[in-house]
Amino acid sequence: MQATTQMLIGSSVFACLSERRRGQLAALAIAAVVIIVGVPLWWRTTETYRAWLPVSQINELAKLQLQLSADVEVVFARGTLTPEQQKKVPLTQTQDEEHRVDEDTALRYRYETRYRTATIMEEDALNQPTAAEADLSLHTLSESPCGSLVVYVIPESSSLLRQDVDVYIGQRRTALLRIGSPMRVGRTLEQLLAHMEPRMKQVLQVMSFSNTDITAALSDRVRVSPGNKGSIADSMRAFKSSPGYEITFSLLNPDPKSHRLHWDIEGAVQTYIQPLLTKLAPVANFSIDSQTLYYAVLGVNPRFDSSRSAYTLNADSLAHVINPVEARLGSNAASSNPVLNFLLYVPDAHHSPLYINDRKKQEVPSNAFHSPRWGGIMVYNVNAFYGLDAVFPVDININMAKVMGVFLAQLRLLLGVQSSTPPPGFQVAACGSAGLADWELDRLMWSRSVENVATATTTITSLAQLLDQIGNIVINDNIAQQVSSAVTSLQLAVAELEAGNLGFALQYSKEAILASERAFFDPSLLHLLYFPDDQKFAIYIPLFLPMCVPILLSLLKIVSEARQKRREKQAKKD
Amino acid sequence: MAAYRYGYSAVLFILCGLSVFLVTNGQETILTGDDGAAAVDSPQTVTETAEQTAEQPAVEERQWEVTEVEEASPDEAAADKQDASAPETLVPPSVPRPKDDFQEELVIRPLHSGDIYASFQFRTLWETDFMRGNKVSHYRLFPKSLGQVISKFSVRELHISFTQGYWRTMQWGQPFLPAPPGAELWVWFQDSVTDVDGTWKELTNVLSGIFCASLNFIDSTNTVQPSASFKPLGISNVTDHRFLRYATLPREIVCTENLTPWKKLLPCGTKSLQLTELPLFSLQAGLAVLLKSEKLFHSSFHSQAVHIRPVCEDWQCKTTSWELRQTLSVVFDLHTSGQGKREWSLFKMFSRTLTDACPLASSSKVYIDITDNPEGEQFELIPATPLLSQAVVLGDRRTFSVYDLTQQITFGAVRSLNLLIRWKSTEGDMLRPLLHGERYVAGYGLQTGEIHTLMYNNHPYRSFPVLLLDSVPWYLRLYIHTLTVTSKAKDNKPSYIHYQPSKDRVRPHLLEMLVQLPPNSVTEVTVQFERALLKWTEYTPDPNHGFYVGSSVLSSLVPSIVAMDTNSTQERPLFSSFFPCKEESSYFVRVYTEPLLVNLPTPDFSMPYNVICLTCTVVAVGYGSLYNLLTRSFQIEEPSLGLAKRIANIIRKMRGVPPL
Repeated sequence: MQATTQMLIGSSVFACLSERRRGQLAALAIAAVVIIVGVPLWWRTTETYRAWLPVSQINELAKLQLQLSADVEVVFARGTLTPEQQKKVPLTQTQDEEHRVDEDTALRYRYETRYRTATIMEEDALNQPTAAEADLSLHTLSESPCGSLVVYVIPESSSLLRQDVDVYIGQRRTALLRIGSPMRVGRTLEQLLAHMEPRMKQVLQVMSFSNTDITAALSDRVRVSPGNKGSIADSMRAFKSSPGYEITFSLLNPDPKSHRLHWDIEGAVQTYIQPLLTKLAPVANFSIDSQTLYYAVLGVNPRFDSSRSAYTLNADSLAHVINPVEARLGSNAASSNPVLNFLLYVPDAHHSPLYINDRKKQEVPSNAFHSPRWGGIMVYNVNAFYGLDAVFPVDININMAKVMGVFLAQLRLLLGVQSSTPPPGFQVAACGSAGLADWELDRLMWSRSVENVATATTTITSLAQLLDQIGNIVINDNIAQQVSSAVTSLQLAVAELEAGNLGFALQYSKEAILASERAFFDPSLLHLLYFPDDQKFAIYIPLFLPMCVPILLSLLKIVSEARQKRREKQAKKD
Repeated sequence: MAAYRYGYSAVLFILCGLSVFLVTNGQETILTGDDGAAAVDSPQTVTETAEQTAEQPAVEERQWEVTEVEEASPDEAAADKQDASAPETLVPPSVPRPKDDFQEELVIRPLHSGDIYASFQFRTLWETDFMRGNKVSHYRLFPKSLGQVISKFSVRELHISFTQGYWRTMQWGQPFLPAPPGAELWVWFQDSVTDVDGTWKELTNVLSGIFCASLNFIDSTNTVQPSASFKPLGISNVTDHRFLRYATLPREIVCTENLTPWKKLLPCGTKSLQLTELPLFSLQAGLAVLLKSEKLFHSSFHSQAVHIRPVCEDWQCKTTSWELRQTLSVVFDLHTSGQGKREWSLFKMFSRTLTDACPLASSSKVYIDITDNPEGEQFELIPATPLLSQAVVLGDRRTFSVYDLTQQITFGAVRSLNLLIRWKSTEGDMLRPLLHGERYVAGYGLQTGEIHTLMYNNHPYRSFPVLLLDSVPWYLRLYIHTLTVTSKAKDNKPSYIHYQPSKDRVRPHLLEMLVQLPPNSVTEVTVQFERALLKWTEYTPDPNHGFYVGSSVLSSLVPSIVAMDTNSTQERPLFSSFFPCKEESSYFVRVYTEPLLVNLPTPDFSMPYNVICLTCTVVAVGYGSLYNLLTRSFQIEEPSLGLAKRIANIIRKMRGVPPL
């Protein structure tokens, strides 16, 4: 009886032990399944898709080291060098100039200057009677590539330049520089070059990039210190770099009952605007349209000035003038490029003539104003063309030459074709039929390339930052592709700037800006799969809590038992 | 000043001749550019800028700067001018005819129901060519925004309408321009367009921006390509319906935000800010003065539309031009608001009176329909006008009193025209419209239903064919085998059926059929459908309101009582010249039925969370028991003694007896 009881107990203890063991194994197995299958499954199914981005390259770009290289050729005409000086040319010199804009941005300008003597043909060209003709024939001899310049050094005796002019800047990429006789300047070539140095620097500043321009172009990236506000105002005036612009000419006729206006805008655009835009084609695409708006009035009632028997608008009120009209100008439905508005306002018969006064209460001779990054407005008085006894409506032809002169000046300002005042002793050639000299275009291209690079890097780095900060944003493959292409184009643009290939640099920088904007404004980034963590866990808890608590508890139990067993074993051994 | 100007222009005159000489000599023709350069270079600008920045520390603010342009010296100015024509002068009377033309007109028709129907039509004709790829970019009367849309998207014809309210055909008769409730857009693209769907998508987005409407909700699920119902209304040789897209948004609510951009398209139509209104002249002119939104939307029916199409200029169609027709129709219920007095005036309707015509309009007229009132026994019209005009419109010859706003005499001594209609009797019978349609949903429950479309032919003895177009969203699954067409209790077999089944979440059902309507009959088209279950994100924010199904469209050539006018280029009132008329014996009518409002099975939207919680709990309970079964070890426990036995044992122990 006792024995059977013992046996029973023993077997039950044994069974109990094996049962416990089985239970432990089962708990371990379930835990293993949960950890090996469940957790990865949950992780995979709730994860957001994030394509790979070239983060390290983007971080490299965040530290922008721009180097601009310009090729300068200095050609000495006959009579400027002594024979022993002539022996030393041709000669190549490189000048480096470093500017640190802020801790992340550094600029380095490199001028590679080649000195040589003039060829016979060039000598012939330089013997033309006037500087303009010399410039033209020099241009036909050799065409210098985009971004480079040629400076011809001519002797003091040359009759090309007026007496008070030392430097003549041509329509293309050439300049004429007059120096004193070799005897007076110095014996060695080094002395001569040192003598020329300040003038050369000025020439380069005018015809190629200048530090103020480039720093202004970087304004998107760099917070400019409050000291140089003037340059900010200049850079704020011009439109931001964009792959295209829409130019809209609007004729505002608030009084169609009295004035029937005719403007030959088509012909005027062809004659005056189109040549400039053709020249600017490498920088951006332009499209032009025009419209006539009737019953469009300015937002301010002009004041009657009895001394002049005319109505006047003050400069202070101009900011309010345009608001009611702007609502009617309409944006271009067919593209998203910035719009440059040029308004020709013909005051109504009862408020004519209308003059704009500047801040000093002086009448503005052009009767025109412009607003930075918006456009320009010109007031065109027509009351002088009909007498008091005129029968309304009167037909009036608008003098487009006068109008377009103003609009063209405004257009140049707004596009950033800004020419700083040349230093004394400089003569700048009239820019001819295109309205833009080659070197002016180069200047614009330099600053536009730098601006594009700066904007694109800012866009790309801020996009990378944003994506890095918010882990829930889905990054699709096409965005990753856009980002990579933007980064590649940026690197290429920087490299081309370094190599001095201005045309390619601008091209690549435009591609970079397009790709980066496309990536940044991709609508798929807005589909933010964002659930706050508390809500997520509120949904998970009913499942996770009952599942995980037993697993955790049994694991803890197993661990504690194993520890106890080991301790017992230790005790037994001891 | 004036003398100076004259002197200046005289100098220009002389030097312009010189300039021609210069041009022929191959000299530089334009020097304006360097004027500009000089202007920019002038140090004054720079100092100006510096001063301004000093005054305004916030550089971001919009700054206005004086543009300095040096007055061109006379010889330069002369060289500027390429053409020898006088630069700024009064133009002699022989002005070249402008290539665009603007007309405006208002038709007022007193309705027998006691309402009043006012229909504005503004037409801009522009002799230009959007078709052949040459860029059109200089606009005068034609609005620039629409011109850009046409040329960018290669649109051949564009018709867009926004309507609030439903046109009650049986009470009001046929409208001049029919439109379904909500928004409707149909576009014919030019055959040069390769990706029609992509262009359509972009176009709807752009139009949505122009008209401030939710047209961007037009996508493939509500766009169809009707094969026969929507033919081009302008000149065209293309009838391949691959280039046609048609969509309606019956849910669209039309309000002032849609009216304002519509008004902006009118050359005389915009009013700038109220506070700038100058006392000497008003900022609107012509009929656009009447377009005051607070009155226009206080009406039983409001419909505004824009139609763009190419039309012929002359009978042989040698020259073509683009026609932009802006129409606005309103039905005023003045009976209820007028304290029972039947007396209407322009001022009561629009709270404005007319004072002038739009100076840009070549014709500006107001027509009052007085057909039912030949002797003035129905109503009295003040002021009376001697001008009468007859026009054949919608198969009926009607008489109109005409007020020509371009004539000063119209406005009389008070210089304003306030038309007044005073009713004398309430009797009168309306000509019943010959074609009329109705539609409703039948059935109960949320699973199936039946769409009934009724087409009435009220003609006493003529039967005529009708094209029925039905576009039903995919979530109503039509059982096309249940389609029955019966008239006069007999089966009426359609002679043409075009059916395109839907694809879930991709495209709607399209059903088009040609049915012959017997005289004086009702033809009923029924089709059963099943309601689909939507995904929970596909429901609208107010799902229990129901889902709209756009109007059916009935298009038909209705036999006409009077001979129709087939010459499309002849001078006619605008309201009678919209639908081109090919033959004299019939006229084209389009009738829209009511939109349907269908309830779909709607879930409880808090359900997903409840379901998740419930499922998780069930899973957790099941899992918990399974887990316990698997991991707990089971052992036989010594059966414990009962309470009585234990007590007995204690007593036995005390007594010294062995326990049980």
